[in-house]
Amino acid sequence: MLEVSNLGCIRGERSLFAGVGFHLDGGEMLSLQGRNGSGKTSLLRILCDLSPPAAGEIRWRGELISKLGEDYRRELCYLGHHNAIKEDLTPLENLLASARLAGEDLDADSALEALERVGLAGREDLACRYLSQGQKRRAALARLVNERRALWVLDEPYVALDAVAIELVAGLIGAHLQRGGLVVLTTHQAVDVQAGTIHELRLGE
Amino acid sequence: MNCGWVSRMLKLIRAIIARDLRLAMRRRTDIVSALFFFIIVVSLFPLGVGPEPELLRKLAPGVLWVAALLATMLSLPRLFADDHRDGTLEQLALAPQPLGLIVLGKVLAHWLVSGLPLALLAPVLGLQFDLASDALWVLTLSLLIGTPALSGIGAIGAALTLGVRGGGVLLSLLVLPLYIPVLIFGAGAVDATVTGLGAQAHMSLLGALALAGVFFAPWPTAAALRIALE
Repeated sequence: MLEVSNLGCIRGERSLFAGVGFHLDGGEMLSLQGRNGSGKTSLLRILCDLSPPAAGEIRWRGELISKLGEDYRRELCYLGHHNAIKEDLTPLENLLASARLAGEDLDADSALEALERVGLAGREDLACRYLSQGQKRRAALARLVNERRALWVLDEPYVALDAVAIELVAGLIGAHLQRGGLVVLTTHQAVDVQAGTIHELRLGE
Repeated sequence: MNCGWVSRMLKLIRAIIARDLRLAMRRRTDIVSALFFFIIVVSLFPLGVGPEPELLRKLAPGVLWVAALLATMLSLPRLFADDHRDGTLEQLALAPQPLGLIVLGKVLAHWLVSGLPLALLAPVLGLQFDLASDALWVLTLSLLIGTPALSGIGAIGAALTLGVRGGGVLLSLLVLPLYIPVLIFGAGAVDATVTGLGAQAHMSLLGALALAGVFFAPWPTAAALRIALE
C-alpha cells in the first residue's frame, strides 16, 4: 500500500539520507532507527507530504502522494514531535477540536472514554498548561484511541511516557496493526508490539 | 461538488472559528490590550491638537481609521505563530480539507475578536471629535465593512513572516502598504459624509475590498503556510 523508493533528503547543503526505500502493506509496521540528526523526523515529514523530498517518490495505493493530496491526507494520521495540543484548552476540548478539524464526528462520551484509557480521568477539565510533560503527551496520544485512519505516522510516540503508558500505546499500535492498518514510527526505545509484522530501518549507516 | 461537501466544509469552518474564539476567550488580555491601544491612540489626538471642533471634525476619519489599522496589526503576529509553535499548524495542514478554508475560518475568528470590537467602540470615540450622528453611523459601518479586509490581507503577511526573526516589524512593513486602499476608502466614506457628498461610492468599494480580502487572501496565505512548514 505504501511504497517508498530511492528517497533522498537534503537539509542545508548536507545530504541526510539517500536511496531509502521500503514497502509496507496492511498490518505491517516500520520502526525507523538511527542516531540523533540522522533524518528520522525529516523522513516522517516527507512521508506526510509536509516537506518535499530531494529525490525519489512515495506512492500510496499505487498513486503518488503529491497527486493524491486530500485523498491521501484523509487516510493519514500524524503525531509529530510537538504534541499539537493547545495549552489553554483542556484535554477534552483539545481532543474534540482535533477530531472536528480532522472531519470526524466524535461525541463527548467517547472522548471522555479515550481520555480515561490514556489515564487522564479526572484531568479532562484542567487546562493543559497545568499538566506534566508526560500527561501532555498522553493527551496528544488520546487521539489514537478512536483513530481509524489507515496510516499512522508517529514521531517518537513513547517519549516522556512512563512504563504503563508505553505499554498502552504499544497496545493501541498493536490493535491498529490487527485491524490491517499501517504504522511508521521512530523510536529510541525497544518496545514490544504484540501484533503484525515489524520491519526495521536504520538511517545513516 | 455537492451538498454534502459544502456542509462538511461549513462544519469545518465553524469548528475552527469555535476553537479560535474559545482560545481568545481564555486569553482575553490580548483582545483587551489591542482595544485599549485603539482607545488611547485615538484619545491622544484631541489632547495634542487642541479643542477646535472644526479641526477635530476634519481629523476624525483619518485618525480613527489609522488607529484601527495599527490596532489590527498588533494581534496579527500571533495569528499563526501560536499554532506553529505547538504543532497544531502541522495538524491543520494535514487535515483532509483545503488549508485555505481553515485559514478562512481563522480570518473570520480574528475579525470577530479584533475588527468587530473596534467598529463597535468607534462611535463612542468619535464623539471626542465632535462628529455628527450620521458621520458616526458611517464611521461604524465603514469599520464593520472594512476591518474584515484588514484581517484577510493581514493573514497573508502573518503567514509570510511566520518563523522569521524580527517578524513583527517586517510584518508591519509588508502589510501596512497593502492596507492603504482600505484606509483611503474607509476614511473617505466618513469624510464624504461630513462634507455632505454621501458615502455610497466609498462604501461599495470598501465592500468589494472586504470581499476580495476575505475570500481571496486565504489561498495565498495557505500557500505561504505550507512553505513555512517545510
